[in-house]
Amino acid sequence: MAEPIVQVKNLVVTYGNRVVLDGVNLDIYPGEILAILGRSGCGKSTLLRHMLGLAKPTAGQILIKGKDITSLSEEEKTELFKKIGMLFQSAALFNSMTIADNVALPLREHTKLEESTIQIMVKMKLELVGLSGFENFKPAQLSGGMKKRAGLARALAMDPEILFCDEPSAGLDPVVAAGLDNLIRKLQTAFKMTIVVVTHEMDSVFAIADRIAMMHDGKILVVGTKEEIKRSPDPIVQQFLNRQPDEEEMDREQYLNTITGAS
Amino acid sequence: MEAINKFFGSIGHSVLAMLNHLRRMKTMTAETFYWTLVAPLKGKGLKWDNTVEQMVNIGFNSLPIVATIAFFVGLIISMQSAYQLKQFGASIYVADLVLVSLIRELSPLLTAIIVTGRNGSAITAEIGTMKVSEEIDALRTMGLNPIKFLIVPRTLAMLIMLPCLTILADMIGIIGGYLIAVSTLDITSTRYINQTIQALVFKDFFSGLLKSVFFALIIAIVGCYQGFIVEGGAEEVGKATTRSVVISIFLIIASDVFFTALFYSTF
Ligand SMILES: Nc1ncnc2c1ncn2[C@@H]1O[C@H](COP(=O)(O)OP(=O)(O)O)[C@@H](O)[C@H]1O
Ligand SMILES: [Mg+2]
Repeated sequence: MAEPIVQVKNLVVTYGNRVVLDGVNLDIYPGEILAILGRSGCGKSTLLRHMLGLAKPTAGQILIKGKDITSLSEEEKTELFKKIGMLFQSAALFNSMTIADNVALPLREHTKLEESTIQIMVKMKLELVGLSGFENFKPAQLSGGMKKRAGLARALAMDPEILFCDEPSAGLDPVVAAGLDNLIRKLQTAFKMTIVVVTHEMDSVFAIADRIAMMHDGKILVVGTKEEIKRSPDPIVQQFLNRQPDEEEMDREQYLNTITGAS
Repeated sequence: MEAINKFFGSIGHSVLAMLNHLRRMKTMTAETFYWTLVAPLKGKGLKWDNTVEQMVNIGFNSLPIVATIAFFVGLIISMQSAYQLKQFGASIYVADLVLVSLIRELSPLLTAIIVTGRNGSAITAEIGTMKVSEEIDALRTMGLNPIKFLIVPRTLAMLIMLPCLTILADMIGIIGGYLIAVSTLDITSTRYINQTIQALVFKDFFSGLLKSVFFALIIAIVGCYQGFIVEGGAEEVGKATTRSVVISIFLIIASDVFFTALFYSTF
């Protein structure tokens, strides 16, 4: 395989005394769709935020195209991030701007394109995510799924080489969610984009991912293709795949103590 | 012993937290100055359209309330000083008192406090909401600097508009004082105007204006900083907004003591 385009090396993140990421190692190769799978709260968004340089890690390195982003200057970072798109869990659209202006913003700021060209590009991106006709809507006037798609259109504005998506289909109805999965697949085949998708939804993962990284409690348990993951002997992976609940470990007395606060 | 430890411990904690805030605020102010003064020279531009939008917000939209309050204050000082000075047959000095108290103190102070309430709070609420809805992170992942995009336009607009509003408050306050004086005292219009012009000292005007520039910086930096440090949700935004207004007003009045000592101390 080619050189990895993103490398996470021994990433440790702590908040106070809590270890949220505990020595994460991950290689992401150009042109693949990698899904980061794990239960809610296991540190997926935190990992993504660090890959985007939004927070300083306690320890470890993140290399994007061979550059350690934890030690880049603001200017080098700006240059690097022009070619990276991010779809936030909450879409994070600029609420004071229309959908078209949201998508146009990176183009207006980073390129010297004519306004008329920008308008055309915005239309194309919105068309791509199925939102043509909504140019002049404000984010508050869109439904959850439409916001996600608008966020995706904005992430795609600069034709990124790497696209990060945080839970693109969470909280959406199955039809819309499947539509988004298709769209992500299409982006990869049509534009050879490297795509990192964070999710906790199995269906979505198996539909789109080339490789899957299974996370649990701030660690990556296994990384591999669908088949490799399915064959993994790890009990936590199997529990996740088979959708089994946590085992009830507490006995009745302990439960009583917990809720009454006695010890 | 335990209690004493706890007491000093908590004081120590607060002091450290405070120092940390001050340090971060200093960094933010330095970066704001960089993006306002240095970066444009390097061809990195200023967000003029955002700045103009903020100027309209701060300046134009605050006009009615600032003007009304300045007018009322002019009326009040004029009545108060007339009441006192009449007893000594020195009614004409109402003109001096109105002018001096307005341009030295009341206009800069009251305008700054009104604008804190109107715009300082709005700045914190706006930026805080952007923070909790990940909009600021989104800016950064797009390679757009939040200082340049959000703080510089607001700071610049504040630095330009607050002194303008203060000058306006000076003039309207003086008109208020004039109306009371010529209508209730035995002073002709020309005499009052001449007296006012005679009393006008450049130093008074200048110190008032300098203060308003400094107050503008306080409102903008405190407002932006409080917005930027919001973590959590809507409740936190509300708390930050309150904090922003209280801290700004405190710093405005405290620094006014300093400026007054600087310009007018008799010791
Ligand atoms: N800013 C923060 N301060 C403290 N704890 C945090 C912060 N951000 C995330 N966490 C904690 O880190 C853990 C992982 O969070 P996150 O990465 O959002 O999980 P996921 O996206 O996998 O659901 C959670 O337990 C969360 O409480
Ligand atoms: Mg998450």
